[in-house]
Amino acid sequence: MIDPVVLVLLIPLAATALLAAIPNYRLGAALNAAACLATFGASVGLLLHRPAAGAYLLVDDLNVVFVVLNGFVAATTSLFSASYVGHELATGRLTPRHLRFYHAMFQLMLFGMNLALVANNIGLMWVAVELATLTTVLMVGLYRTPEALEAAWKYFILGSVGIALALFGTILVYLAARPVVGEGLDAMVWTTLLAHARDFDAPLLNIAFVFLLLGYGTKVGLVPLHAWLPDAHAEGPTPISAVLSGLLLNVALYALLRFKMLLAANPLALAPGPLMIALGLLTVLFAGVMLYRRRDVKRLFAYSSIEHMGIIVFAFGLAGPIGNFAGLLQMAMHSLTKSAIFFSVGHLAQVKGTQRIAEIGGVTETHPLLGWGLVAGVSAIVGLPPFGVFAAEFLVVTSAFAQHPLLAVGLVVGLLLAFGALLLRLTQVAFGAVRGPLQPVRASHLPMLAHLALVLVAGVWLPPPMVAWFQHVAELLG
Amino acid sequence: MHGLSFDIAHMLAGSLVLVSFLMLYQVRLTALLHVLALHALVLAASVAWQAHIQDAPHLYVTAAMALGFKALLIPWALRRIVFRLGIHREIETVGGIGLTMLGGMALVALSLQVMLPVTAMSDPVAREDIALALSVVLIGLLMMVTRRNAVSQVVGFLSLENGIILAATGARGMPLVVEISVAFSVLIAFIVVGIFLFRIRERFDTVDVGALDEVRGGRA
Repeated sequence: MIDPVVLVLLIPLAATALLAAIPNYRLGAALNAAACLATFGASVGLLLHRPAAGAYLLVDDLNVVFVVLNGFVAATTSLFSASYVGHELATGRLTPRHLRFYHAMFQLMLFGMNLALVANNIGLMWVAVELATLTTVLMVGLYRTPEALEAAWKYFILGSVGIALALFGTILVYLAARPVVGEGLDAMVWTTLLAHARDFDAPLLNIAFVFLLLGYGTKVGLVPLHAWLPDAHAEGPTPISAVLSGLLLNVALYALLRFKMLLAANPLALAPGPLMIALGLLTVLFAGVMLYRRRDVKRLFAYSSIEHMGIIVFAFGLAGPIGNFAGLLQMAMHSLTKSAIFFSVGHLAQVKGTQRIAEIGGVTETHPLLGWGLVAGVSAIVGLPPFGVFAAEFLVVTSAFAQHPLLAVGLVVGLLLAFGALLLRLTQVAFGAVRGPLQPVRASHLPMLAHLALVLVAGVWLPPPMVAWFQHVAELLG
Repeated sequence: MHGLSFDIAHMLAGSLVLVSFLMLYQVRLTALLHVLALHALVLAASVAWQAHIQDAPHLYVTAAMALGFKALLIPWALRRIVFRLGIHREIETVGGIGLTMLGGMALVALSLQVMLPVTAMSDPVAREDIALALSVVLIGLLMMVTRRNAVSQVVGFLSLENGIILAATGARGMPLVVEISVAFSVLIAFIVVGIFLFRIRERFDTVDVGALDEVRGGRA
């Protein structure tokens, strides 16, 4: 029997080659979905059978959560994507040639993200994150409108700078490890690094972490390195907005967490907490304020993603069992909720033929299922009970109050700002006067409903095995 | 002998910083591309010297890649793009040359100040290399920030990558996987940029990123 970890990587890679060779877009969309589902199946297989860590690949309690989440969101997004691109083709915004490229890139991106998650070598992880980024750059520019090109260019330039800084940090980690572990491959293997991190040269490790935080932080979308994120979300195809928010930001953050664990294992190194708390808080507050002036609906939710990444980084900065638990839960909940919102928004923007908030109104009347899905999604994302995001944010805030009451006040202000802005826009879009075209849309509701159901269930009742799992991972994170 | 090999490594890495400064004040795109070629050439020499003193033959591959790909092929291709687009005249710089040069000097001082104390434990060759490499990286960043023209931003990015390769080769025994990946990423990056430049040319008749900003119009 083939190892599931190999399947998780091989299926997307094989699908990339296959989809690049298939000109028929219907077949392409179906194959894309099939490959995503198969990858999801393989990732679930990882829960049952876990291979031993090698010099290149590693599956442990931390990343298996992300691989499964990745597989699930990619699978639902591919279903959404199939109906989304059908509409784009019908309206002439995309041609079959574009779609062939798009589907191949979608799988290549999935391969890059999965490789980044299961890589045990910090060099390999870097390569994989870069691969995933480049594929998304190409997809953001897919429409070739001036706006899309601008967004892709900005994303490419900022992303490259970020990735370059991350590589510099990776080299510095190697330099710190070399005297202890010895030259060569071993000094880049994460498990070996973690085992010896205690003896590393602390100042070098500190500088390395600063570079890694700035480098991978650019990909996470932390203020002040976030400038690419709203454009990339707003101008690319909506399925890509969904995977950017739902998956790629998580992957970059995961890379950062791996290095944070190295730092935590070294008693002399600087505590990464305050740095992450400061950046996280800045991000939450900035995004909270910026949410008010958005006129483009996808841009609005892109800023909300920035805000949530801020909350998550803040939570991991607080650390401790509760902070880490909340961070992990928030990552999972945000990825499910935000992609559900983008599924709904994507179809709505297609019906209305615009992304301008002012031209979309009263969608709960005209498109009840999509409209109420959006209402549920936004209620979840702003942190209203009974959804899972509420539980996670509640944990972050209480944990912050316990540790630094003053910082918690800042966080709450940021959360309330975002709450107000998003609900304000939601009432306009969902319940306001009916605006824009009214024709029905051939939407696939299943992905959105599945995500929302999961978020709701997680908010009401987290299965005990999952709680235990998250707790265990939170302990690992230190 | 050790003293001499150290001095040569130091000199080559220092030259790379110097060539980075040369880039900062080029006002013509074609001249800038010539300096980019020189930058990669110095990098190739530096990497080859590291291969020699570390007795690491695989680094010669990296040096050859720097020479063939980054010193010849990329400048040549970029030059073609520049001529085809008819933008081989002046480039606008934001903030002026003098200020940019001062900024570059400050960045070099900063990187020496940051890196030398923390790498005190490492061997001296790696120590100097890393500090100088950081200078090259930061100057590359500065260039990307101060130039508005898309081609010169790409040049800034390539010089930044050169700095990272300098750091990677200075770290003794760093596995080859990284060097190949870096070279490979440059290749991909270049293809991406190439595609983008052509598409941008199609739509705007300009490669000035500032002009891209204008199309944003009423969007917020």
